[in-house]
Amino acid sequence: MVRPDEFQMGLSSRKAIYIQFPQAVPCSYILNMDDCLGNNPIACGKCADACDKRAINYDDRDQIITREVGAVVVAIGLDVYDPTELDEYGYTRFENVISSMEFERLICAGGPTGGHFVRPSDQERPTRIGFIQCVGSRNPKVGRPYCSNICCMNTIKDTLLLADHYPDVANVVFYQDIRAVGKSFEDMFQRSKEAGTRYVRGLPGEIEEDPETRNLVVTVENTTSGKLERHELEMVVLSVGVQPAKDMSRIASMLTLSRTSDGFFMESHPKLKPVDAPTRGVFLAGFCESPKDIKDSVCQAGAAASRAGALLNAGQITIEAITSRVDEVACTRCGVCAKVCPYGAIVWKKGEVASVVEAACAGCGSCSASCQFGAITMRHFTDEQILAQVHAVLAEDPQDKVFAFACNWCSYAGGDMAGISRMTYPASNRVVRTMCSARVSEEMVLEAFRCGAPVVLVSGCHFADCHYINANRQTVQRVHKLWDKLEKAGVRPERLQLEWISAAEGQKFAKVMRQLEELRGTVTRDEIEHAREALKAKPGKRPGVRAAEPVVEAPAAQT
Amino acid sequence: MTTTHSNDGELRIGVFVCDCGLNIAGTVDCAAVAAHAATLPDVVCVVRNKYTCADPGQNEIKNAVREQRLNRVVVASCTPRQHEPTFRQCVLGAGLNPYLMEMANLREHCSWVHPGDREGATRKAKDLVASAVARARFLQPQEELAVPVTKRVLVIGGGVTGIEAALQLADAGHKVTLVEKQASIGGIMAQLDKNYPTMDCSI
Ligand SMILES: Cc1cc2nc3c(=O)[nH]c(=O)nc-3n(C[C@H](O)[C@H](O)[C@H](O)COP(=O)(O)OP(=O)(O)OC[C@H]3O[C@@H](n4cnc5c(N)ncnc54)[C@H](O)[C@@H]3O)c2cc1C
Ligand code: SF4
Repeated sequence: MVRPDEFQMGLSSRKAIYIQFPQAVPCSYILNMDDCLGNNPIACGKCADACDKRAINYDDRDQIITREVGAVVVAIGLDVYDPTELDEYGYTRFENVISSMEFERLICAGGPTGGHFVRPSDQERPTRIGFIQCVGSRNPKVGRPYCSNICCMNTIKDTLLLADHYPDVANVVFYQDIRAVGKSFEDMFQRSKEAGTRYVRGLPGEIEEDPETRNLVVTVENTTSGKLERHELEMVVLSVGVQPAKDMSRIASMLTLSRTSDGFFMESHPKLKPVDAPTRGVFLAGFCESPKDIKDSVCQAGAAASRAGALLNAGQITIEAITSRVDEVACTRCGVCAKVCPYGAIVWKKGEVASVVEAACAGCGSCSASCQFGAITMRHFTDEQILAQVHAVLAEDPQDKVFAFACNWCSYAGGDMAGISRMTYPASNRVVRTMCSARVSEEMVLEAFRCGAPVVLVSGCHFADCHYINANRQTVQRVHKLWDKLEKAGVRPERLQLEWISAAEGQKFAKVMRQLEELRGTVTRDEIEHAREALKAKPGKRPGVRAAEPVVEAPAAQT
Repeated sequence: MTTTHSNDGELRIGVFVCDCGLNIAGTVDCAAVAAHAATLPDVVCVVRNKYTCADPGQNEIKNAVREQRLNRVVVASCTPRQHEPTFRQCVLGAGLNPYLMEMANLREHCSWVHPGDREGATRKAKDLVASAVARARFLQPQEELAVPVTKRVLVIGGGVTGIEAALQLADAGHKVTLVEKQASIGGIMAQLDKNYPTMDCSI
């Protein structure tokens, strides 16, 4: 069985049983069952015959190992950009166009050629080599507007390696900017130029191949001289960037992490909490947080380790007192709360009063918003507290305001991001924060309309990012019900909007606020008055909504 | 957590309006916001600070809580996602349950996003303070639950970052589980030949 060797970027082959590379840890053979013909004496079974120690086990299977942990460091890295989709550089058509990752294998003593740098078409050593920068980076057309950070320095390194191995080599680098910002980086850049590397400002539009010599003809507009240049080269290296790793969305939903618009994991605060994830106890480090070199990765690893260590050393954490409580008298034993709780934190049996397991309750408030009888109080985010905010905000000139509910983790944080990034939007919006969008009850939305709000927004995390497993699915159901209700009452349903805005999406937050302000402009006074009347509360329907007055008493003793 | 002041039967709210240097005051008319706050129900004291989070600002809160027997505190400054822990700690220092402190976000959600609209931003800031005061009137003292932290760390990914984090944690005496999806640890670095800036071997 012979397969392309993935570690060598397919430049050499491996068997179905192999050691990935000589320095692998652990350094033992792996039997790749996707390639193995199996323990069938007719088909193969050769490795079992050859192994004196009888170490081959064809029946070995993946196992699930469960470990309880107090902290998690996420360091899943990034994937190297695959230039196949950028066909203008002929990566798939011309053998002598390679990626910078393939370059690494070709120049490495442990690589397929033993470190002898030869070109793929004829195994000859090239003397004129071109490097094209920003391949798959700083390119909104391929959805990657960001700078990959490492490729300029990597190319400078490559030119120095070539000059060191083969003094007769003439390198030319096509670039848009050289980003050599780091200790001793500028020095390396100068050394590369002194070693004879030519730096041409401008990215080639196209590469052609001479079918006879298999040389490559690169046409480029030199933006410094303004002249069109043609370069005949024996080999071209595409300096590829990095892209979000395949597993990122899975890990993000497992650990409720947010991602930037570029797809990297989002930290709690870009300056003050650079390695803390928004989820407590989770820390981010290395490539997966953003493209960076080894030194910065190691620095961040240390920071994440120290943050995780501090948490473990503290020995305990306090959980915010935002958990729900059941009013045993008001509870009608219907069990809706137990059904909507994403954590199974509500204990209920048919015919019995529900009760909350406080240590399991994460505080989303779905139960409180779903209870039709006002029997569940969400501590610190009670109906009274939130409705008091609705009333206060809409007390005067409600027609001028866009009323918005925003969840703490994503959309409210997205609003913060808009602020930090100074993205402007109209000053008509009034945001009320809840921990989760699922905390927003029907009554809260209706009350905002009754108070004269022209437009109401309910906003939360994207589905995969919900900080309460999937509580925001309750939000969707509730908003759909409300849309029906509004329609029946003759109120334009689009006056209630639902948006998912992540913590990183400051731009989206600002855009939504601009759109809602436009929508507000279309809502007439008559419509507002009609909604006030048509949505009037039926008396006695829901005890939780009575116009409450604050109680100032010492709290009941808590255990 | 001790709770004093909260059981004397009468709401006494203090509002602290922060200029944040010019971050807020450069756009929002903080004097007008403070004046408006003074008209809100149960507000018995309004203080303007240049920097509420700085020691002098925090001391003003503590003094006001003690002297004016405040039992609710509203800090109108930046996002609660940044300074809620600071001001919770601050009121706790003055003997108030931390859950009796509420914030209005006049910076990230107001001054920084409405720089050209002083009037609109000021009107909005007044509403945000009114909203926080309305909520503060219904706040109740709360006790937090303490839970033990399991003494083990999971490191996902065995590239140079994961390896370094795992080693540092282990050096500090912690139990670590490192998970790598490939057959060998090393990540991208294992595939590189030499590394800038030192030009030495990757592995
Ligand atoms: C072509 C190229 C050349 C470079 N040259 C240099 C250089 O010369 N000098 C320099 O300083 N930097 C260089 N870099 C940058 C360097 O590679 C990175 O800084 C470094 O690899 C980041 O390490 P990391 O551990 O964060 O990520 P990675 O190296 O990407 O490692 C991530 C690890 O996590 C594993 N993983 C992914 N998903 C999962 C999962 N779900 N579960 C378990 N494990 C998972 C992966 O298999 C991998 O082993 C270069 C990068 C490239 C692409
Ligand atoms: S590091 Fe250089 S080559 Fe890489 S994306 Fe940034 S500017 Fe382009």
